[in-house]
Amino acid sequence: MSAQAAARHGGHGHGGGDPNHLGHGDTPISEQGPASKRIVVAYGFWIFLLSDFIMFSGFFAAYAVLVGETAGGPGGRDLFELPLVAGETALLLLSSFACGMAGIAMHARSIKWFQVAMAATALLGAGFLALELYEFLHLIGEGAGPGRSAFLSAFFALVGCHGVHVALGLAWLTTMMAQVWTKGFREDIDRRIACFMLFWHALDIIWVALFTVVYLLGAGAAT
Amino acid sequence: MSPLHPVEMGQISPIFGKLNWDSIPFDEPLPLVSSAVVAIAILSILGWVWKKGLFPYLWKEWITSVDHKRIGVMYCVLAAVMLLRGFSDALLMRSQQAIAYMNPGYLPPDHYDQIFSAHGTIMIFFVAMTFMIGLMNFALPLQLGVRDVAFPTLNSVSFWLTASGALLLNISLVVGEFAKTGWVVYPPLSELRFSPGVGVDYYLWAIQISGVGTLLSGVNLVTTILKMRAPGMGYTRMPMFCWTSLAANLLIVAAFPILTATLAMLTLDRYLGFHFFTNEAGGNQMMFVNLIWAWGHPEVYILILPAFGIFSEVVSTFSGKPLFGYRSMIAATMVICILSFMVWLHHFFTMGAGADVNGFFGITTMIIAVPTGVKVFNWLFTMYGGRIRFTSMMLWSLGFMVTFVIGGMTGVLLAVPPADFVLHNSLFLVAHFHNVVIGGVLFGAFAGLTYWWPKAFGFTLDERWGKRAFWFWIVGFYVAFMPLYVLGLMGMTRRLGHYDVAAWHPWLIAAAVGAVLIAIGIACQIVMIYVSIRDRERLADTSGDPWDGRTLEWITTSPPPPFNFAVLPNVQGEEAYWDIKSRALEKKQLSDRPEYEHFEMPHNSPTGIVTAFFATVMGFALIWHIWWMVILGFLGAWATFVVFAWRDEAEYEVPAEEARRRDAERRRAKAILLGLPEDSVA
Repeated sequence: MSAQAAARHGGHGHGGGDPNHLGHGDTPISEQGPASKRIVVAYGFWIFLLSDFIMFSGFFAAYAVLVGETAGGPGGRDLFELPLVAGETALLLLSSFACGMAGIAMHARSIKWFQVAMAATALLGAGFLALELYEFLHLIGEGAGPGRSAFLSAFFALVGCHGVHVALGLAWLTTMMAQVWTKGFREDIDRRIACFMLFWHALDIIWVALFTVVYLLGAGAAT
Repeated sequence: MSPLHPVEMGQISPIFGKLNWDSIPFDEPLPLVSSAVVAIAILSILGWVWKKGLFPYLWKEWITSVDHKRIGVMYCVLAAVMLLRGFSDALLMRSQQAIAYMNPGYLPPDHYDQIFSAHGTIMIFFVAMTFMIGLMNFALPLQLGVRDVAFPTLNSVSFWLTASGALLLNISLVVGEFAKTGWVVYPPLSELRFSPGVGVDYYLWAIQISGVGTLLSGVNLVTTILKMRAPGMGYTRMPMFCWTSLAANLLIVAAFPILTATLAMLTLDRYLGFHFFTNEAGGNQMMFVNLIWAWGHPEVYILILPAFGIFSEVVSTFSGKPLFGYRSMIAATMVICILSFMVWLHHFFTMGAGADVNGFFGITTMIIAVPTGVKVFNWLFTMYGGRIRFTSMMLWSLGFMVTFVIGGMTGVLLAVPPADFVLHNSLFLVAHFHNVVIGGVLFGAFAGLTYWWPKAFGFTLDERWGKRAFWFWIVGFYVAFMPLYVLGLMGMTRRLGHYDVAAWHPWLIAAAVGAVLIAIGIACQIVMIYVSIRDRERLADTSGDPWDGRTLEWITTSPPPPFNFAVLPNVQGEEAYWDIKSRALEKKQLSDRPEYEHFEMPHNSPTGIVTAFFATVMGFALIWHIWWMVILGFLGAWATFVVFAWRDEAEYEVPAEEARRRDAERRRAKAILLGLPEDSVA
């Protein structure tokens, strides 16, 4: 939290010896009473994101257990096309960059640039989803669908779970654009935008893990 | 149910999915008659409510309420109703086993299997969990000295999603069937190939929907405890119930996503032909067992930790002493919180993981007994030298201490892998977990209900009937479950529909008698509630502090105003209210009148119930493969969120004058309670 933000949102009882509100003043931060709404919302959303990571870790664990169970079917080395996945990665990371720009536009209170950046975020995200969909359909067409083997079940579930998150994120994104369109920037809408951005960046973190564990390790592994 | 349902043969209508007239079990009188009775009861209650013109009141004050106290009460009502349902399943099983020696009894296997699966599912998810979340919801913000939870509307969504799951589960009684797989639906039995009916699907969607509600509750309450406390209430000044609730909710946040993922995998297997847990194509059933218990073991601590907190509050209050070893209690709680994630494998030592792995998990399991032992000693030392008042709450606590220690010791026995190889899946295990869940969680819930009832409704519960209920429950418990330990050692496995071992028969008859005693205990509780409502004038709590309490919920009136506190209390020590009370008595006057300021409170919102309506529609449609309805349900839920996001007035203002007026009432009541002159208020 920046010093200005703390000054705007800090609770009561800041001590004089604590200009940055780190809680070293007269009153420890844990005794300053309820935190501001902005802090509470962001904190709660972080907790939710952590729980979401744990859900993904369940799918990662299943993938790790089942990665060798190809049931005589194709393995990762036969299936994964790294150039395609590199394209997906580029789209998703650029989309997060655009999302960051939207955040800057929100702080600058520019509705126009906010909408432009959010639209770019959405388009890049949709591009990512389109590539993923292409990959899935391609695999199913080759007879390597989720019903082929336990390995492919785990693959489709793990990657698909991330894809579902991106799709829901897109739906959320459009409602945020619509909210800003109709109501402009408002404290509660700002908080929601902040949560959306946390969500969108969290999906990057998941993707980096997914890209490494599934695609990089998978394409390199002996089957 | 015949195995040749058209449903199971794969005839799916585009409009009704798998649903048709055969889905209703006309050939089974028991579920039909009982659900008809329930339907008549519900309809007559609704009719009475309609005739009295109470619908607008219910809608405005309860159904759409975002007040944590109201939501907490509704959780407890749901849990109590589900307790009746789950307990009637228990009576069916106990009577079946008492009868079914050398004969098939009166319950066909097909039905019996559904009963034990439903009993476990209901008791864990919709009784134990629901009671605990209800009590946490009710008491936490009051104890923390704040006006509501962190996310009040989300809280309402959580509650209604839980209710939605409970509703779906109960619909399975009449439309279709419930799982016949036991309450943790182990594959491959729960896979489509071996359970082609909708029973497992009812389980999956009911638990997923209520699980989302539980997870959101966990997020909400963790945020509340860590970010919303009255000024001065540092971490080591929180009441013990807040600490144990924090631990329980951290476990919810960390464990429930694993359940979500696991059940999602089984759902993919059943709906889209995936191979996570199937016999063929490389599926791995033991992965399911590992995953479900990676959630399931923390789950038992999610249930028991809040109960530990309740006992801490009750023992300290009715011994008239601060809790002994407050900081060691915190440490013990957090150690349990962490260790609970390191013992899951003890649920399946017989998997064959090898001696080293089993040894490791056996030892971690035994280590959990250490912090638990610390807690028991702390409660004992809290009572030592205190002026103990033997109220019904104290009786529940004492009953808990004795019973839970026995249950804990049989747990340590089961933690020894070689012993577990003999006792695995036997009635010894069944006796053990009922020993800790009834003696721990349920007794805790009853103590908590009695303890906080006056805070919620403004009158205490009748002690005479409360004590009767306690004695029937505890005696009934021992008569019902001690025989199961013996039967387990005699080799009787769990979930048996009928048997031909003569030596088992008398023990099972004894167990059935125990169940009847518990039934009388429940009857006493119903009478207790009736008598208390009837005599509410006599039992009125005008002071807001009927037990000479020590924590902040007792500083406000009973029932508290919607905003709990006109001014957030200023906390200066471990026992916030006790300190303030002692100071007032010492100085012979109440604390100075504070400056009253206006503040904001959240508006009521129908978001919760509307979301849950669409979730129920979607769940039902998914169970029966009615795809158009799934889409409709999803869009409806989404639209609800959008409408919620579009509202402009989320809060209303409570004027300073209102705060001053409500606080004047409170101060008058406290002056009378402490025997201080009225003018000390002015």
